[in-house]
Amino acid sequence: MIAQQVIRTEKLTKEYVLGSEIVRALRGVDLVVERNEYVAIMGPSGSGKSTLMNLIGCLDTPTSGEYWLNGQLVSELSDDELARIRNKEIGFVFQTFNLLPRATALHNVELPLIYAGVPAKERRERAASALERVGLAQRMDHKPSELSGGQRQRVAIARALINNPAILLADEPTGNLDSKTSEEIMALFGELHADGQTIILVTHENDIAAFAHRVVTLRDGLIESDVVRDAAVV
Amino acid sequence: MLLGEGIRLALQQIRAQKLKSFFAVIGVVIGVMFLMTVVTVIEGMNRYMKEDFARTIYGLNTITLSRWPEVQINTSAEQWREWIRRPRLTFEDADAIREQLDVPALVAVESGGGGRVAAEDGTEIENVWLTTASADYFRIRELKIARGRAFTAPEDRIGAPVVILGHEAAQKLFGDRDPLGRMVKIAGHRFRVIGVLEKQGTLFGMSLDNRAIAPSRSMLARVTAPHGVVDDILIRVDDPDQMQQALMEVEAIMRVRHRLRPDQPNDFALDTADDSMAFWTRISRILYLAFPTLVGIALVVGGMVIMNIMLVSVMERTREIGMRKAIGARRRDIIFQVLIESATLSGFGALIGIGIGIGLAQLVAAVSPLPASISPVWIAVSVALGAGVGIVAGLYPASRAARLDPVVALRYE
Repeated sequence: MIAQQVIRTEKLTKEYVLGSEIVRALRGVDLVVERNEYVAIMGPSGSGKSTLMNLIGCLDTPTSGEYWLNGQLVSELSDDELARIRNKEIGFVFQTFNLLPRATALHNVELPLIYAGVPAKERRERAASALERVGLAQRMDHKPSELSGGQRQRVAIARALINNPAILLADEPTGNLDSKTSEEIMALFGELHADGQTIILVTHENDIAAFAHRVVTLRDGLIESDVVRDAAVV
Repeated sequence: MLLGEGIRLALQQIRAQKLKSFFAVIGVVIGVMFLMTVVTVIEGMNRYMKEDFARTIYGLNTITLSRWPEVQINTSAEQWREWIRRPRLTFEDADAIREQLDVPALVAVESGGGGRVAAEDGTEIENVWLTTASADYFRIRELKIARGRAFTAPEDRIGAPVVILGHEAAQKLFGDRDPLGRMVKIAGHRFRVIGVLEKQGTLFGMSLDNRAIAPSRSMLARVTAPHGVVDDILIRVDDPDQMQQALMEVEAIMRVRHRLRPDQPNDFALDTADDSMAFWTRISRILYLAFPTLVGIALVVGGMVIMNIMLVSVMERTREIGMRKAIGARRRDIIFQVLIESATLSGFGALIGIGIGIGLAQLVAAVSPLPASISPVWIAVSVALGAGVGIVAGLYPASRAARLDPVVALRYE
């Protein structure tokens, strides 16, 4: 069932020119992710996992191959169309949170809606309920500097969820957090997954990847293993 | 919506970095300040020239006939020598004009000088503007008598020893006492005060009220002009539409009286309020041409500073721009944001400049005789200029920001 396939890539390749060398970061990746999957992408540095994440996140376009996101062929879209896809279909969560330092939590969460052209009143309401969903109802008017690392990441997650994206794409989301806070954030991901959210997690940490139900491991630009686990840790 | 967001962001940035922002916009501040000061003074002068100066010097619908133009710029020595050789104007010239002019008009003679006036009790005032004139002078110059009366045509003909004092002169000489009927002494001659003028105010800081006016053939004429001679002949036309006609007639009458051949130029000058305005218009046009150049230089420098600040600001926020792109900002959104920010910054500078400029102009108006007039049009122009400089200065940084590759920008340290 095509409609259930949130992500489908076919022979995805990506080459960079680095000086006089051509780096083949991806050498033909076929990956299908279905709705409400919880996938961890792993691999050592240089394996191509960041490149794959950039392609999945529509931040970059492949050298060859096709990429369908939510039934739409996005590998051949223009810059502005990709911006729209990132806005509507993808919720990014970064290792370094990437919040606006001088804006309140509420305003940070509103930001994608501004680019989507949503009126101010609706923006505020939706941002407020997204913050409630990540447990920060009491912190809406705080600036990032007034929040803990875990709270900042929650703000970023609320921002990622605001447009009800097809996928939540998290790049080392716990890389800057201590282990206790990491567990809290992973527990939040678990809740979101239980609510039906498709999650893709890029990480190099095994114990973080262990939260996912499926682990895709890359090596030298190819999928080395793709393991679906029944008894995932929740 | 994005506009509001952009301005909000820019103001946040300005608030967060007050000093840096101030230095960023100082060029714009100086440029706009300069523009506002100069424009305010020029506009003030303009209004002043229209409302007061032209009227005071020349009067409405009035032709001033004199030996040389009243207002001169850059007169060469040669020109001066020619002027000095010109025949003087006489009472007979005035009489001839009065008789021969077809256009209905009032004609008066006027001569002026400066000197002292003393009251009987020995109170003496200096630098009094002394005028000898014929009776119609008061109607031509629209001088209103506050108390007493003006002198009459018969009094003028016989050269009666009467005088009308300016408001300030009367005040200084007599204080609270009634000046009417009292005697004053001017250049050794005694005059009876028969009237006091209404208060006139000042012109370029000079009082128009420290004056005394006596009949044109009175003994005061010995101070103001050589015997039989007058400085100016004033012709006030009843109907403004007949000014040109009157000018032509007066010119013709005088050419005949001076026996000028057709190929000879006029050896007298005819001035009207319009001429003085034309003269002023020329000066203000020069000012309006010269100052934009200076203002332009200041704004270009200001724009370059802003461009630099914006480039640094874009660099510093590379990751933020990457994040914005990742969550759905298109190129044009990024360009728009940077442009709005730099326009807000520079518009903010323009506002400061306008404030300081108006303040400076008021200061100039307070300490010098130059007037000041705030023009809403120029305030709008200044704000637009400021914002425009910001937009132009922001173009390059904005396109740099928009071209950032989100993948690279997000990893930027």
